[in-house]
Amino acid sequence: MIRLWFPLGILALWAVAAISGAWVVESANQIDLQRILQSPGEQGLMGYDDLGRPILQRIWVGARVSLLVSVGVVTLSLLIGTAVGLFAGYQGGWLDLILVRIMDVFLAFPGILLAIALAGVMGPGVDNLIIALSAVGWVGFARLTRGQVLSLKQRDHVTAAIALGTPRHLILLRHLLPLLSAPLIVEATFGMAGMVIAEAGLSFLGLGIQPPDASWGSLIRDGASYMLMAPHMVLAPGVAIMLVVLSLNILGDRLRDRLDHRSNG
Amino acid sequence: MGRFLLSRLVTAFISMFGVACLVFLLIHLVPGDPVDVMLGESARPADRQALRVSLGLDQPIDTQLLNYFSGLAHFDLGQSLHSKRAVSELLAERIPATLELAFAALFVALIIAVPLGILAAVERGKAWDWGAMGFSMLGVSIPNFWLGPMLILCFSLWLGLTPVSGRDGFASLILPAVTLGSGFAAILARMVRSSLLEVLGEDFVRTARAKGVAEVEVIWRHAMRNAWLPVATLLGLQLGALLGGAVVTEVVFDWPGIGSLMIESIQKRDYPVVQGCVLFISLMYVLVNTLTDLLYGLIDPRIRLDNSK
Repeated sequence: MIRLWFPLGILALWAVAAISGAWVVESANQIDLQRILQSPGEQGLMGYDDLGRPILQRIWVGARVSLLVSVGVVTLSLLIGTAVGLFAGYQGGWLDLILVRIMDVFLAFPGILLAIALAGVMGPGVDNLIIALSAVGWVGFARLTRGQVLSLKQRDHVTAAIALGTPRHLILLRHLLPLLSAPLIVEATFGMAGMVIAEAGLSFLGLGIQPPDASWGSLIRDGASYMLMAPHMVLAPGVAIMLVVLSLNILGDRLRDRLDHRSNG
Repeated sequence: MGRFLLSRLVTAFISMFGVACLVFLLIHLVPGDPVDVMLGESARPADRQALRVSLGLDQPIDTQLLNYFSGLAHFDLGQSLHSKRAVSELLAERIPATLELAFAALFVALIIAVPLGILAAVERGKAWDWGAMGFSMLGVSIPNFWLGPMLILCFSLWLGLTPVSGRDGFASLILPAVTLGSGFAAILARMVRSSLLEVLGEDFVRTARAKGVAEVEVIWRHAMRNAWLPVATLLGLQLGALLGGAVVTEVVFDWPGIGSLMIESIQKRDYPVVQGCVLFISLMYVLVNTLTDLLYGLIDPRIRLDNSK
């Protein structure tokens, strides 16, 4: 059994790196022609890239992008998805029917295909990246929320609140949302993991963060051309992505076991 | 059954219609004037007007939408701005490579996931189970665009066993298929495990064991036969997802499929081709999902009864 300190430690490191990343941007983009493709050693802990820029600092800065984008996307998706799901599930009727149809259309795009197309059409940049990924991300939260609300609204305490004439927005916020928080937190944790991969993936495809700025995905893309001479260029950012995603997945699993009793297998 | 079939087909049709509308709108999401973006600011006014007319952008949006759908009905997806060839023709060239990769990845996933999942379920709580689930956790955490280059480094550059990229015979298919299939294998192994564990707790398994049926027989003939259903559903749903996920893998290995066509076209700002690629992959996805649903309903009467209520 993997203890929780491992994922929590990695995630704490990720957060610290992201916050402090602002101070190393300059050195991360510092070109040093003397050190081109230099392997890891005393001089640079993770070696240097094809322009002699230090990989360690570039991964450090990349942590910032990856945290910013994944938190941004998950927050936006959570807000939109939960609002849509709450209204669709609670209101029912034609509003529900229309919203479910809209969700179906978004679910009909496999994986991050829609995000790739949106990012490709709207052009690169962090803002467009967050918009493109949120356009894909909100549906999962909406579907989850709607499903939960459909069963929760039959509960006695909700029926009682309706009978007492509680305004609708208070029923949604006070009586339904608190019960939804557990599954939503679990979904958001897995969502973060997915978005870290998605951000890196789009940047790998050249649709996200643009040079000279570093993202874990664009570091792998740059490194892929020099694999034989400088495998450290691909190795290091990949390990960073893997550790963060693995930690989020383990945390999500644990939270699900803890909070969400229905899916205990 | 009739009602179930009808309701699924109607849902699929509405999804496809919605997908087509969204894909149509894609070109209107281009910041500024799409014609400027495609030709550059320095293009001659006559050229710009010509492109605007050929894309139909000079017409009101409802006319554009109408033309778009009447084109779709004739499998006319427009023309590439770059090569001037029909988008449907470009797609047709790339479809075999993408399908080949998707099915190969599915095969790889199956041969890894099924034995692993069964082993984990049978040895529940023991070392094999932990190992298999650890592999599964790792599998979903390693992105394709990293696994691909690492495999190339090991098997192509260091060991020289497989080609680095391209599509040239069976050897060139191995690494892309493993890259695309491994993440899927991880999800599938978990599904096989949990599905089998559920079935192993049922009375008929206890009866079979009480009758003295050999354990291997119990697993294969009695339990697995019933555990297949949820696994098969996931398989169907994931075949479509593989088509989407193939985009990154195709780029890594320079695999000449629809995914790499899409990325090339994004780079060339050849938007009609981008639209064609998104539309094709998504429609395939809806189609595969609907077929899976229908087959599932056909095999398991509980589903269609539940749905037609």
